Amino acid sequence: MIDYSKILSDTVVGIKPSGIRKFFDIANTMEDIISLGVGEPDFRTPWQIRSAGIRSLERGQTRYTSNRGLEAFRDELSRYVERKYSVKYEPATEILVTVGGSEAIDAAIRAIVNPGDEVIIPEPSYVCYEPITKLAGGVPVIINTKAENDFKLTPGELIEKITERTKALVLPYPCNPTGAIMEKADLEAIANVLRDRNIIVISDEIYAKLTFGGVTHTSIASIPDMAERTLLINGFSKTFSMTGWRLGYICGPKEILKQITKIHQFAIMCAPTTSQYAAIEALRSCDDDVERMKEEYDSRRKIIVKGFNELGLTCREPKGAFYAFPSIKSTGMTSDEFCEKLLYSKKVAIVPGTAFGESGEGFVRASYCYSIEHIKEALMRIGEFLKELGLN
Amino acid sequence: MNVKILKLLEKNARMEAKDIAMVTDLSEDEVKREISEMEKAGIIRGYKGVINWEKLNTGTVSAIIELKVTPKAGLGFEEVAERIAKYPEVESVSLMSGACDLTVVVTGKTFQEVSFFVAKELALIDSVTSTSTQFIMRRYKEFGVELTNEKEDGRGAISL
Repeated sequence: MIDYSKILSDTVVGIKPSGIRKFFDIANTMEDIISLGVGEPDFRTPWQIRSAGIRSLERGQTRYTSNRGLEAFRDELSRYVERKYSVKYEPATEILVTVGGSEAIDAAIRAIVNPGDEVIIPEPSYVCYEPITKLAGGVPVIINTKAENDFKLTPGELIEKITERTKALVLPYPCNPTGAIMEKADLEAIANVLRDRNIIVISDEIYAKLTFGGVTHTSIASIPDMAERTLLINGFSKTFSMTGWRLGYICGPKEILKQITKIHQFAIMCAPTTSQYAAIEALRSCDDDVERMKEEYDSRRKIIVKGFNELGLTCREPKGAFYAFPSIKSTGMTSDEFCEKLLYSKKVAIVPGTAFGESGEGFVRASYCYSIEHIKEALMRIGEFLKELGLN
Repeated sequence: MNVKILKLLEKNARMEAKDIAMVTDLSEDEVKREISEMEKAGIIRGYKGVINWEKLNTGTVSAIIELKVTPKAGLGFEEVAERIAKYPEVESVSLMSGACDLTVVVTGKTFQEVSFFVAKELALIDSVTSTSTQFIMRRYKEFGVELTNEKEDGRGAISL
Protein backbone atom coordinates (compact mmCIF):
# COMPACT_ATOMS: atom_id res chain seq x y z
CA MET A 1 0.00 0.00 0.00
CA ILE A 2 1.48 3.28 -1.07
CA ASP A 3 1.96 5.90 1.64
CA TYR A 4 0.98 9.18 0.01
CA SER A 5 2.26 11.25 2.89
CA LYS A 6 5.72 10.14 1.85
CA ILE A 7 5.46 11.13 -1.79
CA LEU A 8 3.72 14.49 -1.87
CA SER A 9 5.57 17.80 -1.84
CA ASP A 10 5.75 19.13 1.71
CA THR A 11 5.33 22.68 0.44
CA VAL A 12 2.11 21.88 -1.35
CA VAL A 13 0.68 19.83 1.46
CA GLY A 14 1.62 22.63 3.82
CA ILE A 15 -0.67 25.07 2.06
CA LYS A 16 -3.84 24.88 4.08
CA PRO A 17 -7.09 24.92 2.11
CA SER A 18 -9.38 27.80 3.01
CA GLY A 19 -11.18 27.10 6.29
CA ILE A 20 -14.45 28.08 4.71
CA ARG A 21 -14.30 25.48 1.98
CA LYS A 22 -17.05 23.64 3.76
CA PHE A 23 -19.27 26.71 3.76
CA PHE A 24 -18.65 27.19 0.04
CA ASP A 25 -19.50 23.58 -0.72
CA ILE A 26 -22.76 23.83 1.18
CA ALA A 27 -23.68 27.13 -0.46
CA ASN A 28 -22.91 25.77 -3.89
CA THR A 29 -25.18 22.77 -3.47
CA MET A 30 -28.07 24.35 -1.58
CA GLU A 31 -31.22 24.92 -3.56
CA ASP A 32 -33.17 28.13 -3.93
CA ILE A 33 -30.54 30.40 -2.56
CA ILE A 34 -30.07 33.94 -3.63
CA SER A 35 -26.41 34.65 -3.96
CA LEU A 36 -24.25 37.73 -3.83
CA GLY A 37 -21.21 35.53 -3.70
CA VAL A 38 -19.63 35.11 -7.11
CA GLY A 39 -16.58 36.82 -8.47
CA GLU A 40 -17.41 36.88 -12.15
CA PRO A 41 -19.54 39.09 -14.40
CA ASP A 42 -23.16 38.19 -15.13
CA PHE A 43 -22.86 39.61 -18.64
CA ARG A 44 -22.23 37.29 -21.53
CA THR A 45 -19.11 37.83 -23.55
CA PRO A 46 -20.10 40.46 -26.17
CA TRP A 47 -21.22 38.79 -29.39
CA GLN A 48 -18.48 40.38 -31.53
CA ILE A 49 -15.90 38.58 -29.40
CA ARG A 50 -17.77 35.28 -29.50
CA SER A 51 -18.14 35.59 -33.27
CA ALA A 52 -14.46 36.24 -33.73
CA GLY A 53 -13.68 33.18 -31.65
CA ILE A 54 -16.11 31.01 -33.59
CA ARG A 55 -14.76 32.29 -36.91
CA SER A 56 -11.23 31.42 -35.88
CA LEU A 57 -12.37 27.88 -35.02
CA GLU A 58 -14.14 27.53 -38.35
CA ARG A 59 -11.00 28.64 -40.11
CA GLY A 60 -9.09 25.93 -38.30
CA GLN A 61 -6.90 28.34 -36.36
CA THR A 62 -6.33 25.84 -33.63
CA ARG A 63 -2.59 25.34 -33.55
CA TYR A 64 -0.15 26.60 -30.94
CA THR A 65 0.66 30.26 -31.24
CA SER A 66 4.14 31.52 -30.54
CA ASN A 67 4.91 31.19 -26.83
CA ARG A 68 4.57 34.89 -26.18
CA GLY A 69 1.22 35.03 -27.97
CA LEU A 70 0.04 35.96 -31.45
CA GLU A 71 2.11 38.79 -32.82
CA ALA A 72 -0.96 40.67 -34.02
CA PHE A 73 -2.46 40.30 -30.56
CA ARG A 74 0.60 41.63 -28.78
CA ASP A 75 0.64 44.58 -31.18
CA GLU A 76 -2.97 45.35 -30.24
CA LEU A 77 -2.20 44.93 -26.56
CA SER A 78 0.71 47.33 -26.79
CA ARG A 79 -1.50 49.94 -28.43
CA TYR A 80 -4.32 49.30 -25.97
CA VAL A 81 -2.16 49.58 -22.85
CA GLU A 82 -0.60 52.76 -24.14
CA ARG A 83 -3.98 54.23 -25.00
CA LYS A 84 -5.68 53.31 -21.76
CA TYR A 85 -2.92 53.39 -19.18
CA SER A 86 -0.27 55.61 -20.77
CA VAL A 87 2.55 53.10 -20.53
CA LYS A 88 4.45 51.96 -23.60
CA TYR A 89 5.55 48.32 -23.94
CA GLU A 90 7.33 46.72 -26.88
CA PRO A 91 5.13 43.92 -28.23
CA ALA A 92 8.07 41.73 -29.10
CA THR A 93 9.94 41.74 -25.82
CA GLU A 94 7.88 43.33 -23.08
CA ILE A 95 4.49 41.67 -23.37
CA LEU A 96 3.51 38.06 -22.64
CA VAL A 97 0.07 36.58 -23.23
CA THR A 98 -0.91 34.29 -20.36
CA VAL A 99 -3.65 31.93 -19.27
CA GLY A 100 -5.59 34.50 -17.30
CA GLY A 101 -4.19 36.95 -14.82
CA SER A 102 -3.75 33.86 -12.63
CA GLU A 103 -0.90 32.42 -14.68
CA ALA A 104 0.70 35.84 -14.94
CA ILE A 105 0.82 36.19 -11.17
CA ASP A 106 2.18 32.69 -10.71
CA ALA A 107 4.87 32.99 -13.37
CA ALA A 108 5.87 36.46 -12.21
CA ILE A 109 6.38 35.37 -8.63
CA ARG A 110 8.24 32.23 -9.66
CA ALA A 111 10.53 34.25 -11.92
CA ILE A 112 11.49 36.66 -9.18
CA VAL A 113 11.45 34.84 -5.88
CA ASN A 114 14.42 32.92 -4.49
CA PRO A 115 13.83 30.63 -1.51
CA GLY A 116 13.44 32.81 1.57
CA ASP A 117 12.66 36.00 -0.37
CA GLU A 118 9.84 38.04 1.08
CA VAL A 119 6.78 39.08 -0.87
CA ILE A 120 4.66 41.81 0.69
CA ILE A 121 0.94 41.23 0.24
CA PRO A 122 -1.71 43.74 1.32
CA GLU A 123 -4.87 42.12 2.68
CA PRO A 124 -7.80 41.68 2.49
CA SER A 125 -7.13 40.66 -1.10
CA TYR A 126 -7.60 37.84 -3.56
CA VAL A 127 -6.55 34.50 -2.15
CA CYS A 128 -3.90 33.39 -4.62
CA TYR A 129 -0.90 35.56 -3.71
CA GLU A 130 0.02 33.87 -0.46
CA PRO A 131 -0.13 30.26 -1.66
CA ILE A 132 1.68 31.10 -4.91
CA THR A 133 4.44 32.80 -2.95
CA LYS A 134 4.81 29.77 -0.70
CA LEU A 135 4.87 27.41 -3.67
CA ALA A 136 7.73 29.46 -5.10
CA GLY A 137 9.64 29.05 -1.86
CA GLY A 138 9.03 32.64 -0.84
CA VAL A 139 7.84 34.11 2.46
CA PRO A 140 4.54 36.00 2.36
CA VAL A 141 4.54 39.16 4.47
CA ILE A 142 1.03 40.36 5.09
CA ILE A 143 -0.03 43.98 5.54
CA ASN A 144 -3.46 44.36 7.12
CA THR A 145 -4.90 47.40 5.35
CA LYS A 146 -7.47 49.39 7.28
CA ALA A 147 -11.05 50.43 6.72
CA GLU A 148 -10.30 53.99 7.84
CA ASN A 149 -7.84 54.23 4.97
CA ASP A 150 -10.47 52.81 2.63
CA PHE A 151 -8.26 49.69 2.53
CA LYS A 152 -5.60 51.49 0.51
CA LEU A 153 -1.96 50.61 1.08
CA THR A 154 -0.23 53.47 2.87
CA PRO A 155 3.49 54.23 2.59
CA GLY A 156 3.80 53.95 6.37
CA GLU A 157 2.38 50.43 6.38
CA LEU A 158 4.73 49.51 3.54
CA ILE A 159 7.92 50.87 5.07
CA GLU A 160 7.20 49.03 8.29
CA LYS A 161 7.32 45.67 6.53
CA ILE A 162 10.30 46.17 4.22
CA THR A 163 13.38 44.16 5.17
CA GLU A 164 16.59 43.28 3.32
CA ARG A 165 14.80 40.14 2.15
CA THR A 166 11.90 41.95 0.54
CA LYS A 167 11.90 41.08 -3.15
CA ALA A 168 8.42 42.02 -4.31
CA LEU A 169 5.26 43.90 -3.45
CA VAL A 170 1.92 42.69 -4.73
CA LEU A 171 -0.32 45.66 -5.52
CA PRO A 172 -3.83 44.36 -6.19
CA TYR A 173 -5.87 47.42 -7.07
CA PRO A 174 -8.75 47.81 -7.80
CA CYS A 175 -9.12 45.23 -5.07
CA ASN A 176 -11.14 42.07 -4.63
CA PRO A 177 -12.87 41.96 -2.04
CA THR A 178 -12.68 45.51 -0.72
CA GLY A 179 -13.40 47.45 -3.89
CA ALA A 180 -10.56 49.78 -2.93
CA ILE A 181 -8.59 51.67 -5.55
CA MET A 182 -5.26 53.47 -5.42
CA GLU A 183 -5.40 56.83 -7.13
CA LYS A 184 -2.45 58.65 -8.64
CA ALA A 185 -1.48 60.42 -5.45
CA ASP A 186 -1.68 57.17 -3.47
CA LEU A 187 0.54 55.43 -6.01
CA GLU A 188 3.03 58.30 -6.03
CA ALA A 189 3.37 57.93 -2.29
CA ILE A 190 4.14 54.23 -2.69
CA ALA A 191 6.51 54.98 -5.56
CA ASN A 192 8.42 57.34 -3.28
CA VAL A 193 9.11 54.43 -0.92
CA LEU A 194 10.14 52.06 -3.69
CA ARG A 195 12.08 54.34 -5.98
CA ASP A 196 15.56 53.57 -4.67
CA ARG A 197 15.01 49.97 -3.74
CA ASN A 198 15.34 46.72 -5.61
CA ILE A 199 11.75 45.74 -4.99
CA ILE A 200 9.58 44.63 -7.85
CA VAL A 201 5.93 45.68 -7.92
CA ILE A 202 3.58 42.97 -9.13
CA SER A 203 0.60 45.10 -10.05
CA ASP A 204 -2.55 43.02 -10.44
CA GLU A 205 -4.81 45.38 -12.36
CA ILE A 206 -7.41 42.89 -13.52
CA TYR A 207 -10.24 45.24 -12.44
CA ALA A 208 -8.64 48.32 -14.00
CA LYS A 209 -11.58 49.04 -16.28
CA LEU A 210 -13.99 49.04 -13.38
CA THR A 211 -13.40 52.25 -11.52
CA PHE A 212 -16.21 54.56 -10.56
CA GLY A 213 -16.97 58.05 -9.32
CA GLY A 214 -15.30 59.69 -12.28
CA VAL A 215 -11.90 58.20 -11.47
CA THR A 216 -9.88 56.56 -14.24
CA HIS A 217 -7.48 53.86 -13.26
CA THR A 218 -3.83 54.80 -12.98
CA SER A 219 -1.22 52.09 -13.30
CA ILE A 220 1.76 52.39 -11.01
CA ALA A 221 3.86 51.64 -14.10
CA SER A 222 2.99 55.09 -15.41
CA ILE A 223 4.50 56.85 -12.38
CA PRO A 224 8.02 58.16 -13.10
CA ASP A 225 10.79 55.61 -12.42
CA MET A 226 8.32 52.82 -11.79
CA ALA A 227 8.11 51.15 -15.21
CA GLU A 228 11.51 49.55 -14.76
CA ARG A 229 10.43 47.90 -11.53
CA THR A 230 6.78 47.07 -12.25
CA LEU A 231 5.11 44.04 -13.75
CA LEU A 232 1.72 45.14 -15.04
CA ILE A 233 -0.77 42.30 -14.98
CA ASN A 234 -4.20 42.54 -16.55
CA GLY A 235 -6.62 40.34 -18.42
CA PHE A 236 -9.88 39.82 -20.20
CA SER A 237 -11.99 38.05 -17.60
CA LYS A 238 -13.57 40.96 -15.80
CA THR A 239 -13.32 43.74 -18.39
CA PHE A 240 -14.74 41.82 -21.33
CA SER A 241 -16.68 39.16 -19.41
CA MET A 242 -14.36 36.46 -20.72
CA THR A 243 -13.71 34.52 -17.53
CA GLY A 244 -13.87 31.06 -19.11
CA TRP A 245 -11.71 32.05 -22.08
CA ARG A 246 -8.68 32.12 -19.75
CA LEU A 247 -6.77 35.06 -21.13
CA GLY A 248 -4.50 37.56 -19.49
CA TYR A 249 -1.24 39.38 -20.09
CA ILE A 250 1.79 40.64 -18.31
CA CYS A 251 3.88 43.63 -19.34
CA GLY A 252 7.21 44.67 -17.95
CA PRO A 253 10.93 45.17 -18.46
CA LYS A 254 12.28 42.80 -21.09
CA GLU A 255 14.85 41.33 -18.72
CA ILE A 256 12.13 40.06 -16.41
CA LEU A 257 9.74 39.11 -19.20
CA LYS A 258 12.45 36.93 -20.72
CA GLN A 259 12.59 34.81 -17.57
CA ILE A 260 8.84 34.74 -17.07
CA THR A 261 8.52 33.57 -20.65
CA LYS A 262 10.83 30.64 -19.89
CA ILE A 263 8.45 29.42 -17.19
CA HIS A 264 5.48 30.00 -19.47
CA GLN A 265 7.16 28.17 -22.33
CA PHE A 266 7.81 25.04 -20.33
CA ALA A 267 4.70 24.97 -18.20
CA ILE A 268 2.05 26.28 -20.59
CA MET A 269 3.44 26.56 -24.16
CA CYS A 270 0.90 29.23 -25.11
CA ALA A 271 -2.40 30.71 -24.02
CA PRO A 272 -5.55 29.38 -25.75
CA THR A 273 -5.38 30.25 -29.42
CA THR A 274 -9.12 30.76 -29.91
CA SER A 275 -9.19 33.18 -27.01
CA GLN A 276 -6.33 35.18 -28.49
CA TYR A 277 -8.08 35.62 -31.83
CA ALA A 278 -11.29 36.58 -30.08
CA ALA A 279 -9.46 39.05 -27.87
CA ILE A 280 -8.00 40.94 -30.84
CA GLU A 281 -11.58 41.73 -31.77
CA ALA A 282 -12.32 42.67 -28.17
CA LEU A 283 -9.57 45.26 -28.11
CA ARG A 284 -10.54 46.69 -31.47
CA SER A 285 -14.29 46.98 -31.21
CA CYS A 286 -15.65 46.57 -27.70
CA ASP A 287 -14.93 49.83 -25.92
CA ASP A 288 -18.64 50.65 -26.03
CA ASP A 289 -19.63 47.31 -24.53
CA VAL A 290 -17.12 47.77 -21.73
CA GLU A 291 -18.51 51.22 -21.04
CA ARG A 292 -22.08 49.94 -21.08
CA MET A 293 -21.30 47.13 -18.64
CA LYS A 294 -19.46 49.56 -16.39
CA GLU A 295 -22.44 51.91 -16.24
CA GLU A 296 -24.68 49.03 -15.31
CA TYR A 297 -22.26 47.98 -12.55
CA ASP A 298 -22.21 51.57 -11.32
CA SER A 299 -26.01 51.67 -10.93
CA ARG A 300 -25.91 48.45 -8.98
CA ARG A 301 -23.01 49.69 -6.89
CA LYS A 302 -24.99 52.67 -5.70
CA ILE A 303 -28.00 50.56 -4.83
CA ILE A 304 -26.04 47.95 -2.89
CA VAL A 305 -23.95 50.42 -0.91
CA LYS A 306 -26.96 52.48 0.08
CA GLY A 307 -28.82 49.28 0.82
CA PHE A 308 -26.25 48.01 3.31
CA ASN A 309 -25.89 51.36 4.99
CA GLU A 310 -29.65 51.62 5.42
CA LEU A 311 -29.60 48.22 7.14
CA GLY A 312 -27.08 49.53 9.63
CA LEU A 313 -24.18 47.59 8.12
CA THR A 314 -21.67 50.35 7.48
CA CYS A 315 -20.42 50.15 3.95
CA ARG A 316 -17.79 52.54 2.70
CA GLU A 317 -18.09 53.43 -0.95
CA PRO A 318 -16.08 51.01 -3.08
CA LYS A 319 -14.52 52.81 -6.01
CA GLY A 320 -13.48 49.77 -8.05
CA ALA A 321 -14.11 46.14 -9.01
CA PHE A 322 -17.65 44.84 -8.36
CA TYR A 323 -17.68 44.15 -4.65
CA ALA A 324 -19.10 45.90 -1.62
CA PHE A 325 -17.39 45.19 1.69
CA PRO A 326 -19.79 46.13 4.48
CA SER A 327 -18.89 45.78 8.11
CA ILE A 328 -20.99 43.39 10.18
CA LYS A 329 -19.34 44.37 13.46
CA SER A 330 -22.55 45.98 14.69
CA THR A 331 -24.12 42.51 14.89
CA GLY A 332 -21.52 41.23 17.34
CA MET A 333 -21.04 38.12 15.21
CA THR A 334 -17.91 36.97 13.45
CA SER A 335 -17.89 37.04 9.65
CA ASP A 336 -18.12 33.26 9.48
CA GLU A 337 -21.03 33.13 11.94
CA PHE A 338 -22.90 35.89 10.13
CA CYS A 339 -22.60 34.25 6.73
CA GLU A 340 -23.45 30.79 7.96
CA LYS A 341 -26.51 31.93 9.90
CA LEU A 342 -27.65 34.08 6.99
CA LEU A 343 -27.26 31.18 4.60
CA TYR A 344 -29.25 28.75 6.71
CA SER A 345 -31.98 31.08 7.88
CA LYS A 346 -32.55 33.25 4.82
CA LYS A 347 -30.79 31.34 2.06
CA VAL A 348 -28.64 34.28 1.08
CA ALA A 349 -25.05 33.50 0.16
CA ILE A 350 -22.37 36.10 0.75
CA VAL A 351 -18.70 35.59 1.43
CA PRO A 352 -17.12 36.14 4.86
CA GLY A 353 -14.31 38.71 4.78
CA THR A 354 -12.03 36.20 6.48
CA ALA A 355 -11.85 34.27 3.21
CA PHE A 356 -9.49 37.03 2.11
CA GLY A 357 -7.27 37.33 5.15
CA GLU A 358 -7.44 37.94 8.90
CA SER A 359 -8.03 41.62 8.30
CA GLY A 360 -11.34 40.65 6.69
CA GLU A 361 -12.76 39.68 10.09
CA GLY A 362 -15.85 41.72 10.82
CA PHE A 363 -16.62 42.24 7.14
CA VAL A 364 -18.47 40.42 4.40
CA ARG A 365 -18.07 40.59 0.64
CA ALA A 366 -21.18 41.15 -1.44
CA SER A 367 -20.73 41.09 -5.20
CA TYR A 368 -22.87 43.32 -7.33
CA CYS A 369 -22.47 41.41 -10.55
CA TYR A 370 -26.20 40.68 -10.41
CA SER A 371 -29.33 42.49 -11.59
CA ILE A 372 -30.75 45.28 -9.46
CA GLU A 373 -33.86 43.20 -8.70
CA HIS A 374 -31.69 40.35 -7.50
CA ILE A 375 -29.62 42.65 -5.31
CA LYS A 376 -32.72 44.21 -3.79
CA GLU A 377 -34.22 40.82 -3.00
CA ALA A 378 -31.01 39.78 -1.27
CA LEU A 379 -30.88 43.04 0.71
CA MET A 380 -34.48 42.58 1.75
CA ARG A 381 -33.75 39.11 3.10
CA ILE A 382 -30.67 40.38 4.92
CA GLY A 383 -32.91 43.05 6.43
CA GLU A 384 -35.32 40.38 7.64
CA PHE A 385 -32.41 38.40 9.03
CA LEU A 386 -31.22 41.39 11.06
CA LYS A 387 -34.74 42.13 12.25
CA GLU A 388 -35.20 38.59 13.48
CA LEU A 389 -32.01 38.94 15.45
CA GLY A 390 -33.38 42.14 16.95
CA LEU A 391 -30.67 44.13 15.27
CA ASN A 392 -32.63 46.34 12.91
CA MET B 1 -35.21 66.08 -19.56
CA ASN B 2 -33.17 63.30 -18.06
CA VAL B 3 -32.02 60.59 -20.41
CA LYS B 4 -30.67 58.38 -17.62
CA ILE B 5 -34.06 58.33 -15.90
CA LEU B 6 -35.73 57.53 -19.23
CA LYS B 7 -33.37 54.61 -19.86
CA LEU B 8 -34.00 53.21 -16.39
CA LEU B 9 -37.77 53.47 -16.76
CA GLU B 10 -37.65 51.97 -20.21
CA LYS B 11 -35.90 48.95 -18.76
CA ASN B 12 -38.11 48.72 -15.68
CA ALA B 13 -41.19 50.94 -15.62
CA ARG B 14 -41.79 50.02 -12.00
CA MET B 15 -38.42 51.12 -10.74
CA GLU B 16 -39.10 53.13 -7.62
CA ALA B 17 -38.20 56.79 -7.51
CA LYS B 18 -36.10 55.98 -4.47
CA ASP B 19 -33.88 53.60 -6.44
CA ILE B 20 -33.74 55.87 -9.49
CA ALA B 21 -32.55 58.60 -7.13
CA MET B 22 -29.75 56.37 -5.82
CA VAL B 23 -28.54 55.50 -9.28
CA THR B 24 -28.71 59.02 -10.73
CA ASP B 25 -27.40 60.86 -7.66
CA LEU B 26 -30.55 63.00 -7.49
CA SER B 27 -32.98 63.38 -4.60
CA GLU B 28 -36.19 61.37 -4.62
CA ASP B 29 -38.23 64.57 -5.02
CA GLU B 30 -36.12 65.72 -7.95
CA VAL B 31 -36.66 62.36 -9.65
CA LYS B 32 -40.41 62.52 -9.14
CA ARG B 33 -40.46 66.04 -10.50
CA GLU B 34 -38.44 65.13 -13.59
CA ILE B 35 -40.68 62.16 -14.32
CA SER B 36 -43.79 64.28 -13.94
CA GLU B 37 -42.42 66.91 -16.30
CA MET B 38 -41.49 64.34 -18.91
CA GLU B 39 -44.95 62.81 -18.66
CA LYS B 40 -46.55 66.22 -19.18
CA ALA B 41 -44.26 66.98 -22.12
CA GLY B 42 -45.35 63.76 -23.81
CA ILE B 43 -41.88 62.25 -23.70
CA ILE B 44 -43.08 59.46 -21.42
CA ARG B 45 -46.23 58.27 -23.09
CA GLY B 46 -47.14 55.40 -20.81
CA TYR B 47 -46.02 52.42 -18.76
CA LYS B 48 -46.75 48.91 -20.00
CA GLY B 49 -46.43 45.49 -18.48
CA VAL B 50 -44.83 42.78 -20.62
CA ILE B 51 -47.13 39.78 -20.39
CA ASN B 52 -46.50 36.27 -21.64
CA TRP B 53 -50.11 35.47 -22.62
CA GLU B 54 -49.13 32.09 -23.98
CA LYS B 55 -48.60 30.82 -20.47
CA LEU B 56 -52.28 31.40 -19.78
CA ASN B 57 -53.86 29.74 -22.81
CA THR B 58 -56.21 32.67 -23.08
CA GLY B 59 -55.96 32.74 -26.82
CA THR B 60 -55.12 36.18 -27.95
CA VAL B 61 -54.01 36.28 -31.51
CA SER B 62 -51.87 38.91 -33.13
CA ALA B 63 -50.99 39.59 -36.70
CA ILE B 64 -48.55 41.84 -38.51
CA ILE B 65 -50.27 43.49 -41.44
CA GLU B 66 -48.28 45.17 -44.17
CA LEU B 67 -50.25 47.91 -45.85
CA LYS B 68 -49.63 49.65 -49.12
CA VAL B 69 -51.09 53.11 -48.95
CA THR B 70 -51.63 55.89 -51.44
CA PRO B 71 -50.48 58.95 -49.58
CA LYS B 72 -52.97 61.82 -49.55
CA ALA B 73 -51.89 64.97 -51.34
CA GLY B 74 -50.37 67.39 -48.89
CA LEU B 75 -50.93 65.02 -45.97
CA GLY B 76 -48.67 62.12 -46.81
CA PHE B 77 -49.22 59.01 -44.74
CA GLU B 78 -49.93 60.88 -41.51
CA GLU B 79 -53.69 60.95 -41.79
CA VAL B 80 -54.05 57.27 -42.56
CA ALA B 81 -51.55 56.27 -39.91
CA GLU B 82 -53.24 58.32 -37.23
CA ARG B 83 -56.64 57.04 -38.23
CA ILE B 84 -55.51 53.43 -37.99
CA ALA B 85 -53.81 54.14 -34.67
CA LYS B 86 -57.15 55.10 -33.13
CA TYR B 87 -58.53 51.54 -33.30
CA PRO B 88 -58.20 49.75 -29.94
CA GLU B 89 -57.48 46.50 -31.82
CA VAL B 90 -54.35 48.10 -33.24
CA GLU B 91 -51.32 47.58 -31.06
CA SER B 92 -48.80 49.46 -33.18
CA VAL B 93 -48.52 51.45 -36.41
CA SER B 94 -45.23 52.22 -38.10
CA LEU B 95 -44.22 53.97 -41.30
CA MET B 96 -41.74 51.81 -43.18
CA SER B 97 -39.08 52.16 -45.80
CA GLY B 98 -39.11 49.57 -48.58
CA ALA B 99 -41.96 47.83 -50.34
CA CYS B 100 -44.73 48.31 -47.82
CA ASP B 101 -45.75 51.64 -46.41
CA LEU B 102 -47.25 50.91 -43.03
CA THR B 103 -46.83 47.98 -40.69
CA VAL B 104 -49.71 47.47 -38.31
CA VAL B 105 -49.91 44.96 -35.46
CA VAL B 106 -53.47 43.90 -34.68
CA THR B 107 -54.56 41.82 -31.68
CA GLY B 108 -57.86 39.98 -31.25
CA LYS B 109 -59.37 36.96 -29.51
CA THR B 110 -59.34 34.64 -32.49
CA PHE B 111 -57.82 34.31 -35.96
CA GLN B 112 -61.25 35.06 -37.30
CA GLU B 113 -61.64 38.25 -35.33
CA VAL B 114 -58.31 39.59 -36.57
CA SER B 115 -58.96 38.56 -40.18
CA PHE B 116 -62.36 40.21 -40.02
CA PHE B 117 -60.87 43.41 -38.71
CA VAL B 118 -58.30 43.51 -41.51
CA ALA B 119 -60.81 42.68 -44.23
CA LYS B 120 -63.71 44.79 -42.99
CA GLU B 121 -61.90 47.77 -41.53
CA LEU B 122 -58.30 48.21 -42.57
CA ALA B 123 -58.63 47.07 -46.16
CA LEU B 124 -61.59 49.34 -46.68
CA ILE B 125 -59.86 52.51 -45.55
CA ASP B 126 -59.77 54.91 -48.48
CA SER B 127 -56.05 55.19 -49.14
CA VAL B 128 -55.20 51.55 -48.38
CA THR B 129 -54.46 49.79 -51.66
CA SER B 130 -53.38 46.38 -50.40
CA THR B 131 -52.93 44.37 -47.23
CA SER B 132 -50.72 41.38 -46.47
CA THR B 133 -51.42 39.62 -43.18
CA GLN B 134 -49.02 37.40 -41.26
CA PHE B 135 -50.16 35.86 -38.03
CA ILE B 136 -47.75 35.76 -35.11
CA MET B 137 -47.42 32.12 -34.08
CA ARG B 138 -45.25 32.68 -31.06
CA ARG B 139 -43.54 35.58 -29.40
CA TYR B 140 -40.06 35.07 -27.99
CA LYS B 141 -39.04 38.56 -27.02
CA GLU B 142 -40.94 41.82 -26.61
CA PHE B 143 -39.87 45.27 -25.52
CA GLY B 144 -36.43 43.88 -24.80
CA VAL B 145 -37.83 41.21 -22.47
CA GLU B 146 -37.39 37.53 -23.18
CA LEU B 147 -40.70 35.70 -22.80
CA THR B 148 -39.55 32.14 -22.90
CA ASN B 149 -36.86 30.41 -20.89
CA GLU B 150 -36.29 31.21 -17.26
CA LYS B 151 -33.00 33.02 -16.80
CA GLU B 152 -30.35 30.59 -15.78
CA ASP B 153 -27.27 31.72 -13.95
CA GLY B 154 -24.54 29.20 -14.66
CA ARG B 155 -22.16 30.62 -12.06
CA GLY B 156 -22.94 28.69 -8.88
CA ALA B 157 -23.32 30.42 -5.54
CA ILE B 158 -19.80 31.32 -4.55
CA SER B 159 -16.52 31.89 -6.32
CA LEU B 160 -13.66 33.94 -5.04
